[in-house]
Amino acid sequence: MPMGQVMVKNNRSLPCLCVGILVLLLAGCQGPQSALEPSGPAAGEIALLWWVMFYSAVAIFTLVFALLMYAAFRKPEKRRQISPIKFVVVGGLAFPILVLSILLPLGIGVGSGMDRLTPPETLTVHVTAHQWWWEVAYKGGPNDLDFNSANELYIPVGQPVELILESADVIHSFWLPRLAGKRDMIPGMTNRLVIEADEPGIFRGQCAEFCGLAHAKMAFYAVALEPEEFFRWAENQSRPQPASLEDEGARLFAQNGCALCHTVRGHQARGREGPDLTHVGSRKTIGAGLLPTSPENIALWLSRNDKLKPGNRMPDYVHLSQEDRLSIARYLESLE
Amino acid sequence: MSAGQSTTPPPATAVSPEAEALFRKTWAPRTGLGRLSAVNNSIIGRRFIATGFVFFLIGGLLSLFMRTQLLFPENDFLSEELYNQFFTMHGTTMMFLFAVPIMEAFGIYLIPSMIGTRDLSFPRLGAFGYWCYLFGGILLYSSAIFGAMPDGGWFMYLPLTDKQFSPGINQDFWLLGVTFVEISSISGAIELIVSILKTRAPGMTLNRMPIFAWYMLAVSFMILIGFPPLILGSILLESQRAFGIPFFEIAAGGDPLLWQHLFWIFGHPEVYIIFLPAAGLVGAMLPAFARHTLVGYNLIVLAVVGTAFLSFGLWVHHMYATGISRFALAFFAGASLAVSVPSGVQVFSWIATLWRGKPVMRTPLLFILGFIITFVIGGLTGVMVAIVPFDLQVHDSYFVVAHFHYVLIGGMVFPLFAALIYYLPRATGRMLSERLGKWHFWLFFIGFNLTFFPMHLTGLLGMPRRVATYPAGLGWDTLNLISTIGSYTLTAGILVFLFNVIWHVKRGRPAGVNPWDSPDLEWSSVTPVPPFNTRSIPHITGRDPLWAQPDLARQIRDAEGYLPTAEEGKREILATSTVGAKPEHVTRLPHPTFKPILAALATATIFSGILVSMYWLALVGLVIFVVILYLWLWGELPEKETKPVGNGLELPIAVGDQHTPAWMGTLTLLLADLALFVSLVYSYFYLWTTADSWPPVSYEPALSESAIIFGGLLVVLVLATAVAHAGAYLSSRLLALVGLTATAACLVALLILGFQAYDQLPFDITSHAYGAVLSAMGVYVLVHTCLSMGSALFALARVSVTGITRTRSLSVRILSMLSYYTAFTGVVAFILIYGSANMMG
Repeated sequence: MPMGQVMVKNNRSLPCLCVGILVLLLAGCQGPQSALEPSGPAAGEIALLWWVMFYSAVAIFTLVFALLMYAAFRKPEKRRQISPIKFVVVGGLAFPILVLSILLPLGIGVGSGMDRLTPPETLTVHVTAHQWWWEVAYKGGPNDLDFNSANELYIPVGQPVELILESADVIHSFWLPRLAGKRDMIPGMTNRLVIEADEPGIFRGQCAEFCGLAHAKMAFYAVALEPEEFFRWAENQSRPQPASLEDEGARLFAQNGCALCHTVRGHQARGREGPDLTHVGSRKTIGAGLLPTSPENIALWLSRNDKLKPGNRMPDYVHLSQEDRLSIARYLESLE
Repeated sequence: MSAGQSTTPPPATAVSPEAEALFRKTWAPRTGLGRLSAVNNSIIGRRFIATGFVFFLIGGLLSLFMRTQLLFPENDFLSEELYNQFFTMHGTTMMFLFAVPIMEAFGIYLIPSMIGTRDLSFPRLGAFGYWCYLFGGILLYSSAIFGAMPDGGWFMYLPLTDKQFSPGINQDFWLLGVTFVEISSISGAIELIVSILKTRAPGMTLNRMPIFAWYMLAVSFMILIGFPPLILGSILLESQRAFGIPFFEIAAGGDPLLWQHLFWIFGHPEVYIIFLPAAGLVGAMLPAFARHTLVGYNLIVLAVVGTAFLSFGLWVHHMYATGISRFALAFFAGASLAVSVPSGVQVFSWIATLWRGKPVMRTPLLFILGFIITFVIGGLTGVMVAIVPFDLQVHDSYFVVAHFHYVLIGGMVFPLFAALIYYLPRATGRMLSERLGKWHFWLFFIGFNLTFFPMHLTGLLGMPRRVATYPAGLGWDTLNLISTIGSYTLTAGILVFLFNVIWHVKRGRPAGVNPWDSPDLEWSSVTPVPPFNTRSIPHITGRDPLWAQPDLARQIRDAEGYLPTAEEGKREILATSTVGAKPEHVTRLPHPTFKPILAALATATIFSGILVSMYWLALVGLVIFVVILYLWLWGELPEKETKPVGNGLELPIAVGDQHTPAWMGTLTLLLADLALFVSLVYSYFYLWTTADSWPPVSYEPALSESAIIFGGLLVVLVLATAVAHAGAYLSSRLLALVGLTATAACLVALLILGFQAYDQLPFDITSHAYGAVLSAMGVYVLVHTCLSMGSALFALARVSVTGITRTRSLSVRILSMLSYYTAFTGVVAFILIYGSANMMG
């Protein structure tokens, strides 16, 4: 009987299909910005909460769907009879109240590490959002750090890091899904977020509150290192750049007004409008997560940044020759 | 009416052909240019629905452009600038120009026939609302001509939308266009409330009311309370942009988060303002397809009222990430979870209705099933995002985009398509094609899920909302590709629907009478339904009247009910008591008139004047508006006091006292007005809690002499108004005139004092939020003083010309309401201005 054959065939293929989908699903949950591939305790707890809610929701949906299909398609004379009001009170009133009363207290404590009080010796990083980049300032902490960076957040593994979140212009939102939930950065307000990484890694983050023209291109990378590696990195970042008077790129950099907006510690550049470039060569990307750092990309950015990231405040240096732009780019790339 | 009469239908009335012709002529719409003067709810309702659907197509087109841009990573189909404008206009269009208006439009179109009457209580207000909606929408979209479409998001967060970061005219288009459109939402809400409470067919007590009327009643109240906070916010933001008055400016003691509070106090109820009418339509359609009365009527009514209340207590769940204390968040999380319970009650009631019935599978029922499935998924993810820590991950990500499209498209567009297919035959007299309907459903249903289901995962993988583009390699590429394919599939479904609509006008099977065998009064008429909806007004003895009283539809059509004729050539309906629906009097409705469209044009002049900073133009518009309003309100007295309405009942005509729809209409308008005032007071206290010093250190409070006079005048105003009010009660023309004159004098004195106070402000209004908010409060009181003044002059003229009796004293009663209200707001403002300043000082 054709009917039976179809049934048998379905019976065999259904589990295979389920397993296939599951594998795809799990593989599909990974990504440098995925909340489902947590690398820190807060994000981990929230991911667990998600899976609990997800499977509960699947169960509840299946139940409601089955009831609906039964009510709509089962032959009326073959239906079990119900007391309609009891059905509504039990299914629509009692059941949701029960589920929600379990869920609410379950959800309250999850991820509370993001708000926890931290001891005074905790590493504190001030992150200030600008249209459309991130100013990152390390101040105080165990090794009495004091330096600025931009668009990259280095943290030591296995210990809480306190972020002080502020904005210099409009509302932005700090979101590093693999470590924690997001928190808004509101002008005139100081918000706090405690993050922690369980393992070394590179995680991508992005502004999550619409903040104007280039909102889509306001990303950053967080790099979690073993503590000793982190402190080596911090030590290097603290160091000003040695003077390099003969460098053609440095000369062009100074000559073309770059120093009005950018700082290169140790050199004459002290501008605060744009990102601190003291160690820009050590960063993985330029333009707030836009392009990998390389002399070619920096030169490209110099000539076409308004096309690459419309609205950004930096002028295009189209009037310079490609040679000059490459000189500046090589100079910047050398700032490690 | 006696108890005996309430169980027997009115006896048959023979209507002569002449009387029949006169009746039809009385209700006949005008042709040619006269169409612009239409006020009848059937015509206005149809225009409203059609216009709303056009905006749905425009908003949908914008989203197709966006989906095309997101087809590939780093696509450059749309520039960032255009993408930001498109998503702003997509949200704005769908919320303000499509969802709310089209749902109210269904109320406007259906409510009169559902409650067994002929038209809404304020046909001209309905027409005015329609034109405001149309002109407001055009104003908003005219920004495209200047290449300056709003681009601050539909939520318009500050400081991004302030002059400093958005110097162009883009956001001004938004603030003014949306406020213009909101006038229409509020006028529609007033109309619906008064019509539902005052003009139901005799015998249709509140608990016999069609379920859709309950939904619309609740929603209308939500509009009255929910929209004013946003209107206030828009006014404050526009004043900050235009004049630098610092309500949201941090440097001057303001707070950008105040905008978020005002926006979401509106914005969350808004979601239910969209969903509830759609759920109401499901309740109205389901019995016809389930072949069973709606299960759990009382529970559903409780659920609807509960949703309406709860929806005002959870706006902060849009602001979890702003850094609010965990304790406060727990409260709002609880409220957000609680609001899902009433939805559970409704879903199970619908399932139970199907379960108990013998479902007939037709296209509208398919859409209802699609609605329940989709909405349940949206509800489940809604519960998830109410949980604070989870929301901190997915807030402003594609997960939330998926969630609210499941709720809004699932909760509103699926029922809308069901309702369009179900109710179009009422208007056109022809049925749509079932075959095309099934294609429409499956393309739309599959396309919808293909578009939005993957977005849950896209969001969890970290993709934020409102990004014009995204880099490759983050795991978002395939998901976005699927979503875009889905959006084209969904569009194909809509195109099939459009084709179906065009096809059915000429080729559809004639619908006849009650093609779905519905139990409700809106199907009592032949199709297409004539403009008077209900040929004669029936007597209702229970729910599901067309099933319970099989002969009722014929009786209505054969003019065997109340008001079978229009022998004076006037459009008339019955006004009945609010709870028991006992006949009270005959209400006369206006005939077609150009005043609504002219008033809307004057309003458009006001808004355009403000938009281009030509304030004299706005003033000209205002003067024209006031003149039209006076002409509008000056109604003629009936030629006789009472008339027989059939069934041996003799009722008074066009009464002018507290039983008059216009009286109740003014009261409901004041409710919206009060919501605006409360929002302003809320802003005052909110800024107090966030400011460093409140009032600012430089401010020196003093209870000046003129302030004491101001306070005294408020007391005198109440007394003077009370005298006029007493004149109305005692039918004394002299007392009324004395009271009115005294009231007017008092108001003039208040106005002079008020303007003086503004002339000699002890602070610079642009220097601090404190002075800004207090000035706004002062302006509010002054505006109401002017309103009362206008009303007092009108009443003076009216009483002088037509005299006053207890039952013909509407102008004085309305003035009293306005005047008392003005005094009340004056006292509150007085306490806040002088009391708090002195207390703090």
